[in-house]
Amino acid sequence: MSNIITVNNRPIQVSDEDKEMTLLHFLRERQFLHGVKNGCEKGVCGSCTVALDDKAVRSCKIKVEKAIGKQVITIEGMEYPNGKIHPLQQAFIDAGAVQCGFCTPGMIMSSYILLLHNSKPSREEIRKALRGNLCRCTGYQQIVDAVQLAATYIEEQGLSPKAGCLVSIKPKTPCSKVANIL
Amino acid sequence: MITEKTFRNDGYAKVTGRAAYADDISFAGTLHMVPVYSDLIAANNVVVDASEAMKVPGCIRVLTAKDVPGTTCFGQIEQDYPMLITDTIRSWGDVVALVIAETRTIALEASELVVVHGDPVKPVLTIEDALKPYARVVPSYGDSNIVVHHRMRHGDPEAMFDQCELIIEEDFETQIIEQGYMEPEAAICVPRHDGVIEIYGSMQHPFSTRRFTGALLGEPLSNIEVYTIAVGGGFGGKDDTAAIVCARAALGARLLSRPVKMTYSREWSMRESYKRHPYKLHYKVGVTSEGQILAVKTQMYADSGAYLSVTPWVTWRSTAQCFGPYSIEHVHADVYGVATNNVFTGAMRGFGSPQVNFATEQLIDMIAQRLNVHPLGIRRINMVKQGSSTVTGQVLDQHTVSMEEVMNSTVHEIGYRKKYDRCSHGVSETDELYGIGLSISYRGASLGAEGMDFCSAIINGQYDGSILLETGIHENGQGSESVMMIVLAEELGIQLKRIRYRRSSTSTIPDSGTTVATRGTIMGSSSVVIAAKNFKELLATHLAERLKCTPEEVTFHNDKIWGLTFAQSLTWEEAMKELFLQRVTPYAFGTFKAPDVSWDDTVGQGNAYFTYVYSCQAAEVSVNKKTGKIKLLNVVASHDIGKAINRAMVLGQIYGGVTQGIGMALSEEIKREDGKITTLNFDTYKIPRITDLPEMTGIIVENSDPQSLTGAKGIGEPALELIAPAIANAVYNATGIRCTSLPLSIDPQELK
Ligand code: FES
Ligand code: FES
Repeated sequence: MSNIITVNNRPIQVSDEDKEMTLLHFLRERQFLHGVKNGCEKGVCGSCTVALDDKAVRSCKIKVEKAIGKQVITIEGMEYPNGKIHPLQQAFIDAGAVQCGFCTPGMIMSSYILLLHNSKPSREEIRKALRGNLCRCTGYQQIVDAVQLAATYIEEQGLSPKAGCLVSIKPKTPCSKVANIL
Repeated sequence: MITEKTFRNDGYAKVTGRAAYADDISFAGTLHMVPVYSDLIAANNVVVDASEAMKVPGCIRVLTAKDVPGTTCFGQIEQDYPMLITDTIRSWGDVVALVIAETRTIALEASELVVVHGDPVKPVLTIEDALKPYARVVPSYGDSNIVVHHRMRHGDPEAMFDQCELIIEEDFETQIIEQGYMEPEAAICVPRHDGVIEIYGSMQHPFSTRRFTGALLGEPLSNIEVYTIAVGGGFGGKDDTAAIVCARAALGARLLSRPVKMTYSREWSMRESYKRHPYKLHYKVGVTSEGQILAVKTQMYADSGAYLSVTPWVTWRSTAQCFGPYSIEHVHADVYGVATNNVFTGAMRGFGSPQVNFATEQLIDMIAQRLNVHPLGIRRINMVKQGSSTVTGQVLDQHTVSMEEVMNSTVHEIGYRKKYDRCSHGVSETDELYGIGLSISYRGASLGAEGMDFCSAIINGQYDGSILLETGIHENGQGSESVMMIVLAEELGIQLKRIRYRRSSTSTIPDSGTTVATRGTIMGSSSVVIAAKNFKELLATHLAERLKCTPEEVTFHNDKIWGLTFAQSLTWEEAMKELFLQRVTPYAFGTFKAPDVSWDDTVGQGNAYFTYVYSCQAAEVSVNKKTGKIKLLNVVASHDIGKAINRAMVLGQIYGGVTQGIGMALSEEIKREDGKITTLNFDTYKIPRITDLPEMTGIIVENSDPQSLTGAKGIGEPALELIAPAIANAVYNATGIRCTSLPLSIDPQELK
């Protein structure tokens, strides 16, 4: 069987040995995708959340083996190929949803899955979708704001909610890149 | 919904996964270090045998105290914390050895094989046991388990109790809390060819990291360069403990001349790192029939655990702020720090205030109830007002004393008066009992008489008109760098995008004290104002001629530098170039020294803090009659922070602080069995989840503070320190049951 997993739209051959690793360690140590964070390694904090075939999973709780033949999206895959950032990422900045940022990648990935399935979630629905993600800094309120704001950006600007790495045609008006102010 | 966009200089890095935290950084040839613990709680004659561990292929070395070139024991106040234990184990968190290997997996495997022998002694695990006449003395210094005793002697409460209409005596107890930063401690240390050890660590404070490392290595501070990197939260918890992780990795790097990484698992972090002090508090309060609090006597005991850390400072704050924002003429307080064999306690956001407020703000409601006076009325009668004297004898006349204004804003927003009349008091037709509760506080900003208080900033103009800024305040996620940039942009009248906040290093900016005590904004931004003033003076002196005016007439706004008329102006690009052509370096340094404070430790009197933040928080709850479950329905929090520099971030601090306070009120508790912590991860240690919280309202009150050069005070700690008693008061108003210990819990049996 071919040991191929797709990470951020790029096929990757996995060695038999690496199949036994947790997806978290594989992504961090073999793929250098350090945006996948390790907060508890016990499946209770959500910092390690990635999208696996459009489901939010805790990468510390699954083996690489389980991802074979599937598409994994990490925070690094949310950007568009042209370097612009996903509306969710922009909204997290704009709404003040980021403090220490350690929970942020996981929060964005869980929110991403929510928006894929529900383009206009209520605050209650957002809270439900994010209950597996812990944040010690923000009190979550501005995170809920951010997800609502992202839904607005997507709707008003006619964007695809899809992760940037999956969008092959240039999106019409993606969110502005903010790197220039940094 | 948001009304204005937030500025965060690190926002882009953090939403894209680019932000590099300590464990995300690696260097070629990095070795991995892991700690070794022992199951002993207290033991003498400890010997470590690493011979089997060393046989594991890939295990490079096992370090014990014998390998330490400097001093193994260090601390911020007493040098008693063993970064590696020598021959005595004093707590379950003590580290006996460090295993270094080619990979983390090998290091973990080898660490299992390290054998520790020692003669166990009976551990002292409670404050009561520690205080018994012939109790074994836990600390390595001194001859008593009472490691600190602060006194306040203000008036003569004993003489006044006779004249009181009402006397209330009550005991309160608070639990052990873990800071719960989402990123566990980690460090990577690199030996540099010039002999310097570079440290990239998840720490709250680079300068204290440097002190701990210097001590362990036995090397001067100039040999150690600590860099600022992204830190996944600290909340007070990443001072000593995180500094020690950095120091240990640095020891490995020094001895093996290779980069060494040490990344903590959540379990190690929970086991070893210091926690919030649990308190036992006793209060006796005397009140007149009009509701005037005449006299207070209190004794408090804080469990300091096996090592001192900052216990004397935490308990000092509890002393200086021992009875809320009230002006009371007769107060005696005795506050003790007590050593035990528990895992030690130290700094956590709130720092000795949340425990006290939990007691005092409930006492105020108890007085109101007993005298049949409205809880707001009791607070109004006794609260500090402009020119009032505090319990430490400090007259509050240097800033706006806005206690009443702040309380009114919360009361108005939440509709406290009407809702208070609707509280169930144990009776309701449905299963849900309803209650609303409130609390107020004031908090001395910055260190106060606890320590030396000053901070520096550097502005370094570049040839092309861009500007580098650096301060001695450390970014832990709170957004301090963004605040400093906004202040500089305002001072120079320039666009934010001109400024880059330079990644600080301990070798480039003077030690500016720790980023603690709600001092980041007030101290850091004031130092930026001073540096900016110096910078503008320098520029004005050298540009006046070109602008055809005197230096005093040069102004800075609209991203340009101006002479007297619109015709006379320079862009920053032109101005910087002009300076270089004149061979003048556009560089300025500024230091802000906090206004003086004073303290007499024998009587606990003095001007404890140079300014105060005033706060009022209210909560609505429902309590289920069948299950006793407490559900939060609504929270409103108002704070007078002087001035908001980055509004969305201030609100973020309020929501985040309140949420940590909610955890303290309702769910968090470090549990122990025989000195061993049993809640080692977030499955058993329950910090609030998004579904545990209601929508909150934060209200920012702004009375610009003349003692701060920007008018801003701070918000980090005030946000956390008073929600627990507000919730406790709400629970009482719902059920008629007074909870005097934390976390709050209601036994449904009592509701029947
Ligand atoms: S690291 Fe996977 S859930 Fe916490
Ligand atoms: S922003 Fe720090 S944990 Fe969420």
